[in-house]
Amino acid sequence: MNGLLNWIDARFPATKVWNEHFAQYYAPKNFNFWYFFGSLAIVVLVIQIVSGIFLTMHYKPDEMLAFQSVEYIMRDVPGGWFIRYMHSTGASAFFIVIYLHMFRALIYGSYKGPRELVWLIGMAIYLALMAEAFMGYMLPWGQMSFWGAQVIINLFNTVPLIGPELSTWIRGDYVIADATLNRLFALHVAALPLVLVGLIFVHIVALHAVGSNNPDGVDIKKHKDDKGVPLDGIPFHPYYTVKDIVGVSVFLIFFFAVVFFAPEMGGYFLEHANFEPANPLKTPEHIAPVWYFTPFYTVLRAVTLSPFAGTAAMFLAIIMLFLLPWIDKNPIRSWRYRNKAHTINILLFVVAFVILGYLGVKPVTPELKELGTQMTLVYFLFFLVLWIHSKPATAKYIMWFVGLTVAIVAMTFYRYNPEATDDAAQILWQWSLTVGYLALTLLLPGLISAFNTEKDVPERVTG
Amino acid sequence: MENSGVDKSRRRFLVAATSVVGAAGAGAAVIPYLSSWNPSERAKSAGAPVEVNLSKVEEGQLVRVIWRKKPVWVVNRSQEMIDNLPKNNSLLVDPESVVEQQPAYAQNATRAIQEKYLVLIGICTHLGCSPTFRPEMGPADLGADWRGGWYCPCHGSKFDLAGRVYKNVPAPTNLEVPVYSFKDENTLLVGIDENGEAA
Ligand code: HEM
Repeated sequence: MNGLLNWIDARFPATKVWNEHFAQYYAPKNFNFWYFFGSLAIVVLVIQIVSGIFLTMHYKPDEMLAFQSVEYIMRDVPGGWFIRYMHSTGASAFFIVIYLHMFRALIYGSYKGPRELVWLIGMAIYLALMAEAFMGYMLPWGQMSFWGAQVIINLFNTVPLIGPELSTWIRGDYVIADATLNRLFALHVAALPLVLVGLIFVHIVALHAVGSNNPDGVDIKKHKDDKGVPLDGIPFHPYYTVKDIVGVSVFLIFFFAVVFFAPEMGGYFLEHANFEPANPLKTPEHIAPVWYFTPFYTVLRAVTLSPFAGTAAMFLAIIMLFLLPWIDKNPIRSWRYRNKAHTINILLFVVAFVILGYLGVKPVTPELKELGTQMTLVYFLFFLVLWIHSKPATAKYIMWFVGLTVAIVAMTFYRYNPEATDDAAQILWQWSLTVGYLALTLLLPGLISAFNTEKDVPERVTG
Repeated sequence: MENSGVDKSRRRFLVAATSVVGAAGAGAAVIPYLSSWNPSERAKSAGAPVEVNLSKVEEGQLVRVIWRKKPVWVVNRSQEMIDNLPKNNSLLVDPESVVEQQPAYAQNATRAIQEKYLVLIGICTHLGCSPTFRPEMGPADLGADWRGGWYCPCHGSKFDLAGRVYKNVPAPTNLEVPVYSFKDENTLLVGIDENGEAA
């Protein structure tokens, strides 16, 4: 065994790489639950690639054949249903894992220096993942595939000046057609997986260069022993390899429970309308994107100034996340040591995000439409409030609160049209939700110092 | 090797020259790749006019036909539906159909050549879904002042029975009226006007 390893090591840096990234890679000793999701994302990626390759062996990317070929996989290919359900469940699992992974970065300030690039590469992964999921959803060529693609590709139609040419170029036809299906297939099975794997590789290389953050947001490299090993670090292998294996086992129990017992997940993982073949003449009565896109979809619906404004707002909602490292200038990383108003801000952001997601699967009623508008406002205000919280000691909380409240009330007046009675009734009260959000995150720390005091960050990690 | 013996200007020249030529070559090679995404000749050639037999369209009914792979609706409007149209005006973005979403001969109060028959491209002007026909009066989900029209299930845009868009919804303009004409009393031709001009 050793002889073989020596033979390889003389020709390829196997042991060196193993030591650098596992056996002698020192990670903070206080990782908790939230640190499972990076390794889980890798597991899901492997599931997607393997199941995807096997699906490609039976699937036909052709307008006339695609829907049937998926039915064929489900009914006639031995084990085909299992492979397909792993792939479709894997798509949703990917987003669950990634959203939790991103939430971890948010609460522990992992996006802050020196990990800005880890975060930016992560956001690029997130974008590529959304594109990959959208294209995959198109392939079964059911009603949802077709009309989802119609809406998403028409987003580009709203771009000023070049819009119609751009969307025709993307479709390869004047309407969604065979050409569209064929090219999205090529991107889904070849181009984007390569991009994703490349980005994930760079993500981890960048992370290992700067080292992991941790729940205390403490820099473990400040205190090292005489061998240069961080005092609060433990070698990734065997400590975290073993911890992560436990995480993977628990994850796979949940994952296969869904694959075997609820692969459609009540219409959230696989939408019912997609069991009907695509019909270009008839949009399903109720269409909604798959759950992981719904928050952004609601933002798109909420901004009605012009179609381009809606599209722009939707993309801006994602761009804001890219900018996080430069918006939040507070030197304290972890929420454990920041003021209570910051914790409230993050939790309300999550609430707004979840409500936006919920609204995206619901039909538009006057009440829900206005709720979508207000939650969109909260989504964007979160970033402003985060910026204001950068310097809690000197922040002009009251001034911001009054100014923003006035702006919101003015906007309410501007949008109020008494002739549209149902909408007007909702507009009249729902603005108070957004002002309530501002009261909790700005007024509270402005008036009560207990909500504004930050704690001392310890020198060494706790627990 | 002596460093002083290195001719840096030759190296610079080679790097600059190969970069410029290489970039031009790469740029030229990208063009066929990008243009391969444009509609093919086959896709461009699809699209002849479509005939609709109006005797089969009953009062209050909507019929869908395909023209250029798009849904086209033909609605036989009742007198009550036509009389209700002006009542919507204050709720609409463009009640007079100023924006050119229709041929000149359909730029009137009912957006039609013959009041009775409304012809529309059944694609929402927001993001291209095909809105649902909701001809009924004041249904619970659309509110008491609803006098019939279309509701888009994708993003909640609303249109009245002349395809005119409501205020405060994502769709910016009225639904498009295609070029059409009447071949005879009972036959509608979508895609060609009275003078035989195609769209
Ligand atoms: C397929 C997708 C992804 C994979 C495979 C992946 C993998 C990993 C792994 C293995 C780690 C180290 C373990 C851990 O901290 O959990 C990590 C850390 C990190 N990832 Fe990702 N990641 C992915 C997507 C993302 C996305 C979408 C973001 C954010 C936009 C992101 C941001 C981060 C950050 C900031 C860290 C450092 C966290 C810390 O040290 O506290 N990652 N990632």
